[in-house]
Amino acid sequence: MSKPKYTIAVTGLNAIDSPGPGLAIIRGLRDAKSFDVRIIGLSYEALEPGIYLHEYVDKTYQIPFPTAGQEVLFERLTYINEQENIDFLYPNFDAELYNFIKLQKQLENVLNIKMVLPTIDQFEERHKINLYEYGLKHGINVPKAQPVYNTFEIPAIANQYGYPIVVKGKFYDAKVAYNMEQASQHFNKISTQWGLPILIQAFVRGSEVNVCGIGDGNGHLLGAVPMRKLYITDKGKAWAGITLDNEKLLEITKNMVESTKWKGPFEMEFVKTVEDEYYLLEINPRFPAWCYLTVGAGQNQMEALVNLAMGGKVEPFTEYKIGTMFIRYSNDLIVDINEFEKISTVGEL
Amino acid sequence: MRIKKNIAVSDTGFLFNPSTGDSYSVNPIGMDIVQLMKLNKENDEIKKAIMNDYFCDDATFEKDFYDFTMVLRNYKLLDDE
Repeated sequence: MSKPKYTIAVTGLNAIDSPGPGLAIIRGLRDAKSFDVRIIGLSYEALEPGIYLHEYVDKTYQIPFPTAGQEVLFERLTYINEQENIDFLYPNFDAELYNFIKLQKQLENVLNIKMVLPTIDQFEERHKINLYEYGLKHGINVPKAQPVYNTFEIPAIANQYGYPIVVKGKFYDAKVAYNMEQASQHFNKISTQWGLPILIQAFVRGSEVNVCGIGDGNGHLLGAVPMRKLYITDKGKAWAGITLDNEKLLEITKNMVESTKWKGPFEMEFVKTVEDEYYLLEINPRFPAWCYLTVGAGQNQMEALVNLAMGGKVEPFTEYKIGTMFIRYSNDLIVDINEFEKISTVGEL
Repeated sequence: MRIKKNIAVSDTGFLFNPSTGDSYSVNPIGMDIVQLMKLNKENDEIKKAIMNDYFCDDATFEKDFYDFTMVLRNYKLLDDE
């Protein structure tokens, strides 16, 4: 029986030290058994390495930054779709997701481009600022946290939680402070880059464990793979990791998907304490950069998500290989300046 | 004293705890002890087997075996905690 061939557009081609998930997703899609793919890269900057990795990405188009708004994005996607006839689109950046969620119906009805994404309510509810209340609502342990708009507010919260505390940006970045001086420094640095409010969170000591999974939007967990970070970069990113045998973590994940009726991919980030308690630090509403580990462990979640959108039968994954490792590496691509010129000027390569 | 059932031990002395992702290396005597623990052998049986295979007096075995099991306990590899 012949397989269908889908044209799939993917963002997040920035395979850098804090990598986007695009290339990992593309590898998963190229490994898919149930369909063949033509990959269209969607890039924001001319130096995203994925643009030049032609064995993974068939053609790349620049798209406008999220701040340009939904109308401009839709116009650009309309043009790209006229050239490529896109079947499915994988947005992969937190910052772009709001626009894509808002455009989801329009993209499907007008351009026939499908996506599997959380609803806007699911997306908003799990923001760092709302996460403590989110945990209370869905029965998940979350470290106590309070938003602050001024460094004067920090001592009272620090007295309540005790040092160390975690100073977090509303979108990105988190630093541990062991005294008020450090807390002020982190507050100023993070707020300059990411704005206010800053979140002051109780510090939970333990090891970082994450889950990469997908929900079908009806409360069913279609796949989940827990991973422990074995090597963490100075940016807090996993450079190596290993799949775990962890029923408790899978149970928490299953409950979250059932309770929220989560739709689409997600990454849940936890701290596991020495008492074997799990505290949720973050829910990312997309695949993480390490998602190719799920393919290595026997769950091609990227393939499953496309089949879910295309109306194919998607059976939930019931197992994965425990002890599968990933080790990230960096590489230098040699690129002809003509290619750089083309993507920089024409916006296509 | 039992080693946790899900702890994997290779022939080269590589221990893997699939619950935590931690891995350890043990020397040949350590590997023999862990293999005997996996077979649910009692301490006396482990002592007999090790002293049969290695040149070692009673006191040294007792001390080193105690130290070794303390390490296993610290790393939460034993079932008795």
